Amino acid sequence: MKSKRWDPYIAGALTGLLLVLSVLIAGKFFGASTTFSRSMAVIEKRIGVDVNQFEYFTTKKGKYGPDSLPNWQLMFVLGIIIGGFIASTWSGTFKFMTIPDMWRQRFGGNPAKRAITAFIGGAIALFGVRLAGGCPSGHGISGLSQLAVSGFIALGCFFIGGLITAKMLYRD
Amino acid sequence: MSLIYGLITGILFGILLQRAEVLRYDRQVGALRLMDMTIFKFMLTAIVIGSIGVYLMKDLGLIKLSLKATSIGAQVVGGLMFGIGWALLGYCPGTAGGALGEGRLDAFWGILGMLCGAAVHAFAYSFLKTQLLGIGSFGKISMPQILGINHWTVIIAFGAIVVFFFWIFEKKRL
Repeated sequence: MKSKRWDPYIAGALTGLLLVLSVLIAGKFFGASTTFSRSMAVIEKRIGVDVNQFEYFTTKKGKYGPDSLPNWQLMFVLGIIIGGFIASTWSGTFKFMTIPDMWRQRFGGNPAKRAITAFIGGAIALFGVRLAGGCPSGHGISGLSQLAVSGFIALGCFFIGGLITAKMLYRD
Repeated sequence: MSLIYGLITGILFGILLQRAEVLRYDRQVGALRLMDMTIFKFMLTAIVIGSIGVYLMKDLGLIKLSLKATSIGAQVVGGLMFGIGWALLGYCPGTAGGALGEGRLDAFWGILGMLCGAAVHAFAYSFLKTQLLGIGSFGKISMPQILGINHWTVIIAFGAIVVFFFWIFEKKRL
């Protein structure tokens, strides 16, 4: 039995509330992308790479380095995976899918094609995000809730880049 | 304790994202194709409520802001790049994990790609720092600061613009 989807306005409002509570209680604003950088620092160190040769992993007293984990944001990102699993299983909307419907309609049912595109898209996305200093959670929700100029610029460019690319991908 | 707060907050956020269907490729790319405004409705509402709460707490002296510095070169180039990757992948760093949680296996490849992108970024950081990060660097500024007006004026104006867009969305059944 599938549960009905939640109204995005209400879910969004609750998210805003959750953000405020998080800042009040834990002193933490939402963010996700930095965890990917930090995770790579840990992984690279594990496989024997000298991470100190990369300025990014030593700058700001190792804020993005291998010793910065585990931290609040890592748990936040892991929590999102768990929350997605709990909510989908409980609502009956969990579904193994290798290819999204919209993608399948346009690009066909080859899972390898989707996997490669997802990989490349993810790589470009995260490189861009770290350059910009944050993702839709960090610059978008956290940044704009604080009325940060950086948030407006970043989110605006996220959507401009996204709108143009999506239009090109799905053009007739 | 901080780790536990992070986990609980993430789980709650993940539940909200999943039930609102914001994790889905079809809705994220749908938003970028201006066919499905779910993502906009969710994000903009979160920001309006969030900004009211954050600045209320700040005025009461209960919290400190944590602004990210403005660096026009980095944010414009990085932002546009992210947009390109976002349209290709259909998930963002926050939602990719949640998408995997609801069974979307393509998110796994996206996450792998993201880790690689992070590695390449760290590798290129020294170069990026000298070439891009300095362009249009203005420090940790907020809209009220640069406009020279009270933050509540900005929040109310922003809220009004958002409500106007919501009215259009509903009218056009997006």
